Amino acid sequence: MLGYYLDLALRSLKRNKALTALMVLAIALGIGASMTTLTVLHVLSGDPLPGKSGKLFYPQLDPQDMDGYKPQGEPPAQVGWIDGMALLHAKRARYQALMTGGAVPIQPAQSAIEPFFENARYTSADFFAMFDVPFLYGHGWNAADDEAGARVAVLTRELNDKLFGGKDSTGQTLRMDDVAFRIVGVLDSWRPTPHFYDLMTGSYSADEGVFVPLTTATDLKFAHNGSTDCWGKGFSDNMKTATCTWLQFWVQLDTPAEAAAYREYLLNYSREQQALGRFQRPPNVRLRDVMGWLDYNKVVPSDVRLQVWLAFGFLLVCLVNTVGLMLAKFLRRAAELGVRRALGASRRSLFAQLLVEAGAVGLVGGTGGLLLALAGLWLVRRQPSDYAALAHLDLPMLLATFAFAVVATLLAGLLPAWRACLIPPALQLKSN
Amino acid sequence: MDILPILATLRRHKVILWLLMLEIALSCAIICNGVFLIAQRLQHMDIPSGVAEHELVQIQQAPIVPPPDRYARAQEDLAMLRQIPGVRAVGMSNQVPFGGSSSNGNVMLSPTQPHPTLSAAEYFGENLVQTLGLHLIAGRTLRTDEYVDADVVIRALADGSSEGFPMPMLVSQALAVRLWPQQNPLGKLIWLAPTASFRVVGVVETLARANAYNTATAQYSMIIPLHMGADKDQSYLLRTRPEDRPRVLAAAVAALKRADPARVIMHSRSFDQIRSDYFQDDQAMAGMLVSVIVAVLLVTGLGIVGLASFWVAQRRKQIGIRRALGATRIDILHYFQTENFLIVTFGIVIGMLLAYGLSLWLMMHYELPHLPGIYFPVGALALWIIGQLAVLGPALRAAAVPPVVATRSV
Repeated sequence: MLGYYLDLALRSLKRNKALTALMVLAIALGIGASMTTLTVLHVLSGDPLPGKSGKLFYPQLDPQDMDGYKPQGEPPAQVGWIDGMALLHAKRARYQALMTGGAVPIQPAQSAIEPFFENARYTSADFFAMFDVPFLYGHGWNAADDEAGARVAVLTRELNDKLFGGKDSTGQTLRMDDVAFRIVGVLDSWRPTPHFYDLMTGSYSADEGVFVPLTTATDLKFAHNGSTDCWGKGFSDNMKTATCTWLQFWVQLDTPAEAAAYREYLLNYSREQQALGRFQRPPNVRLRDVMGWLDYNKVVPSDVRLQVWLAFGFLLVCLVNTVGLMLAKFLRRAAELGVRRALGASRRSLFAQLLVEAGAVGLVGGTGGLLLALAGLWLVRRQPSDYAALAHLDLPMLLATFAFAVVATLLAGLLPAWRACLIPPALQLKSN
Repeated sequence: MDILPILATLRRHKVILWLLMLEIALSCAIICNGVFLIAQRLQHMDIPSGVAEHELVQIQQAPIVPPPDRYARAQEDLAMLRQIPGVRAVGMSNQVPFGGSSSNGNVMLSPTQPHPTLSAAEYFGENLVQTLGLHLIAGRTLRTDEYVDADVVIRALADGSSEGFPMPMLVSQALAVRLWPQQNPLGKLIWLAPTASFRVVGVVETLARANAYNTATAQYSMIIPLHMGADKDQSYLLRTRPEDRPRVLAAAVAALKRADPARVIMHSRSFDQIRSDYFQDDQAMAGMLVSVIVAVLLVTGLGIVGLASFWVAQRRKQIGIRRALGATRIDILHYFQTENFLIVTFGIVIGMLLAYGLSLWLMMHYELPHLPGIYFPVGALALWIIGQLAVLGPALRAAAVPPVVATRSV
């Protein structure tokens, strides 16, 4: 039966090419625009570390003085050196890493490459194990290297390609800011999106190219990127004693019980510091997981959300348009439908026949929409925003495009099909 | 044209009529708000910087091997850049308007104030008024003997010493008016830290911040006479004639590289480039909004063509009868044009209500101001025009129906 309906649908669609083309065009434009913006939103609001992100937590403390105190306000978004090091050394979590962003001048050994600045991450050793960072060559450094302020570095695959032509560079020396570092590892391609562990240096910006121990970078006074928030006498050129927050601290807690225990530990730590007189405010801590932290920071640009709403408004216009055109098309065939009714077709089968026709329009429109979405994403990638390069269609979104197009068109076909089925057969036969 | 017969006819096609009106209403709501959003973006992109935009180039560079004396290095570089033919003025700054990376200070009106009054951009550097081409509207500019090395001030701040303060400073007019409304700002004091006070000696008309995302505070700026050392956060600024910019930029980069080959040029660009880089996202969003509006008009127009064609085909016999009874081609043409005008007008009336509702929703979610009344006629006009253009073809086809159709049975 479906085959017969499909045949009827194709004949009918062919009979009035202009009207069919208009419907397909409207569906394709609407679906294309919606799927383009929806894909961008999907990419930008995705989980940066699927399967792991629920176990990673971002502890926050409130070490500020009483100036501007509001009870239970949001504690600072970062931690300072003293608290960060205390939490790091306490080792109360499975993994913990203290880090910040920076930029270092790199002096390639080969004279063919001009010196350049590279974004860097200054971090403690657990970073690589905690975030499941894949290594192409070598490995990360260990806690002893952190303590010793060892001059070791890990490169990303891209930087290794640029400096060493992609060869295994572990054991080689790299000069940064006029200091020699030993390369201990090279990462495989790794770009968590969003850049969740440090939102201060851009939520979707391309990641750092080189990693060095935080202690080493701080001792060498490497330039720090990101935000520094100070209070009281804060201002100082010694970041180890300054009353400023400028570091991100992440921990891995495998079970909810561990997370609850860690929260309790943060409260105890705050009480202890308050008793010592270092903290002045009552204990005020936060422990959000990755997705909670991204939500709190509203990382998805509001323009992207606005674009999705706009595209859906446009799709609605396109669908209303299609409903009108389909109604016109079905009513025009009143005579034919009248004959089918007179020959014994039930309303139900007419309804099914018309919906098959609507579905066919949806399928063709969906294909057009998919092509338009691919073109739209290509346009998005050519835009200057730092998330632009990420806009690619994945398989789930591709299937969703078709499903969405067919469902939307079927919904648009319901009213016209119903109206067309209401036509009394006798009247149609008589007037002809 | 008598509209009553048209209304009577429309009453017999309620479903299609409502669909058309709904489509037009939705389009109207999207267009009114879309045009408003575009205007907002364009207005934001139009924030004045206060500097001589077409005459400026920026070079941001960093020495790889730190020079023994960063301050001496900066002065040497500036002296060298001044020698380049075509350069009219040379300056140095820790930030530039719309440069993105910013340095801001918390402004207090007394040293014991618990909360700062506001945050304003802190411009540090050499010869800024002349190089940027700022317009001094009160007081005087900064004298060369008032400049202090940045390290001296940082050390004083860290020690909590008030030696050397108050320092002189310039403020932008917007900041002066905000801090001291209706008063003469000259001679007034502000504090950027409990020990660091500054005395206003001059007012510049306009100077935008490096991150001017909020229009209300975009012009809150201060200029403080500090010598900055050559490092990666400082920019050299050169003023020249607009046509000399590419040549001067190339010569300046070459001269800097010659003086110290081990340095990295991080930015070398004209101020026009800085502005377009800074507003690129707004530009892209405005472009996206324009395409959505065009697409909405296109789809609505094509929809009207489709439905009008259907109506014409359905009413061929009726048209033939009217023609046979004496209606002219012009009458038929006007009939369909008036019908379209009525439908579009009904749609627009509903659309205005929708547009208003949509603007309230946008206000709640996107910190936008109220949709001004001026945008309602814009949407209406666009739809009337597109409606009339769309119906013209089918209406002409209707007008071409010969009276003889009335006598045929099908």
